[in-house]
Amino acid sequence: MDKTAYKNVFVFIEQREGIIQSVALELLGKAQDLAQALNEKVVALFAGSGIAAEAQSLIEYGADEIIVMDSPELKYYLTEPYTQALSQAITQFKPGIVLFGATTIGRDLGPRLSARLNTGLTADCTRLEISEEGELMMTRPAFGGNLMATILCSDHRPQMSTVRPGVMQKRERETGRKGSIIPFAAQFDTSKFKVRLIENVKEDKGKVDITEAKILVSGGRGVGSKDNFDKLARLAETLNAQLSASRAVVDSGLVDHDRQVGQTGKTVRPDLYFAFGISGAIQHLAGMEESEFIVAVNKDKYAPIFSVCDLGIVGDVNKIVPLLTERLQP
Amino acid sequence: MNIVVCIKQVPDTTEIKINPETGTLIRDGVPSIMNPDDKGGLEMALMLKDTCNAHVTVITMGPPQAESILREAFAMGVDRAILLTDRRFAGADTLATSHALAGALRTLDFDLIITGRQAIDGDTAQVGPQMAEHLQLPQISYVAGLTCNDSNLLTVKKETEEGYQILEVELPCLLTVLATANKARYMSVQGIMESFDKEMEIWDADKIEVDKEKLGLKGSPTRVKKSFTKAQKGAGEVFEVDAEEAVGIIISKLKEKFIIK
Repeated sequence: MDKTAYKNVFVFIEQREGIIQSVALELLGKAQDLAQALNEKVVALFAGSGIAAEAQSLIEYGADEIIVMDSPELKYYLTEPYTQALSQAITQFKPGIVLFGATTIGRDLGPRLSARLNTGLTADCTRLEISEEGELMMTRPAFGGNLMATILCSDHRPQMSTVRPGVMQKRERETGRKGSIIPFAAQFDTSKFKVRLIENVKEDKGKVDITEAKILVSGGRGVGSKDNFDKLARLAETLNAQLSASRAVVDSGLVDHDRQVGQTGKTVRPDLYFAFGISGAIQHLAGMEESEFIVAVNKDKYAPIFSVCDLGIVGDVNKIVPLLTERLQP
Repeated sequence: MNIVVCIKQVPDTTEIKINPETGTLIRDGVPSIMNPDDKGGLEMALMLKDTCNAHVTVITMGPPQAESILREAFAMGVDRAILLTDRRFAGADTLATSHALAGALRTLDFDLIITGRQAIDGDTAQVGPQMAEHLQLPQISYVAGLTCNDSNLLTVKKETEEGYQILEVELPCLLTVLATANKARYMSVQGIMESFDKEMEIWDADKIEVDKEKLGLKGSPTRVKKSFTKAQKGAGEVFEVDAEEAVGIIISKLKEKFIIK
């Protein structure tokens, strides 16, 4: 294949009910770094129905061009209509790189597209860089976060990867930034549409988004009982923070899954992360070690959490938490 | 209804440790298990066997020792088990793996293909949707439950970040299932006894319908350039003091860093 024909860094803009998802803006931020290293453009792939008005905001978050696919077939995400639209746009515009959010949408669409386009896809990347040869170096955790692997897709184009929400950082919005909008009309083969959406149910769990929190108060097995978690919740309230937890605590049912930090939960990078009674299994560290400042409190002075924290206290969580809450009262 | 469930043998990644001196994975003594999401998918198939008289086949691709999870599947109650093993499959990334499995599936009768959402060693969630594309089947991923309406339609519950969706899909189709969809049954004693009398089939690359160029390392668009253990960031200060003093240290440090006022 003629690799030189493939240019520019494309970002799939995930929207739900017309609302652009934060992960898309994070990817536009990263795409700017990559495009700059390659001296290429950032292009947004924006699919939906009645979405054209939102395009300007994508320019202000870093897109140089926006390919708008506006069609009733694309009102909400379903695998086949989106795969048809995206594969046609990619075949026509020939991107060098395509990035997707590693969400239930991106992780459904990405692999389907990779098979249709006969190219590689690297899942859940935590680092993306351009090599001296101009290739995309995609780094991701493997074996439950025990190992990192850097992966290349040398002989196929586009180079595609998914990135979990919260891993990259979005840029400041630049009001009035200029870019161009390219409408693209996909041709749909509706005979292939075999899945029908009956109902989309939103539960309360969607309301908490620990990835957006500036401060997280996180508890692990060492916190123990429900009473003690109530104490953590009070500390979180005092700090205007969100409560989060390790997997062990979520598995025991004390805290909801959407508050779980780690490999099988969410990746977070708050300004301040409190790890109370969390030993620091590698799966947990994978989800929080990029936090700006980490305070760990644990009884066991050999707990691995102390090797990644900025400030560590060897001591009893259940004495320290109430005292800290009291001292922080306004 | 004919169901084929794709399963994978994986190391129990919660048991893997890093050798601090060499920085390499210690895999010795780490148990191999049936991938948890695949087990959820297998249970879903067995429930359909119980209720709708489905015929359940399991297939796995891997080295010869992967047969242990096929024995486990027999003991849980599957009707047929196939081990896809050949050096020509080695070094496959997700795309090449999906071509091998799709090649095997082309030779089987199926109405429904079930895979786990993702495997705990790679966590990619890619092989299922890639297979669905090769076989030109509709797919639904992140499946948490299903009901069988009539012979040609399934109603499927798919988990999303915000809640869930109810979707309707025509058969044949491919579903990727979550471990949390159900609680997998245990192997029965009788099942374990009988599993040793059941014949599993061992297939190589010549037995399947696929372009051989698409298999293994040469069929893989992605390559691992290097792997490494994560550089630990330098540990901060650690204090072993009483609670009163600890709280004082935390507050003064956070003020010093301008995190709190």
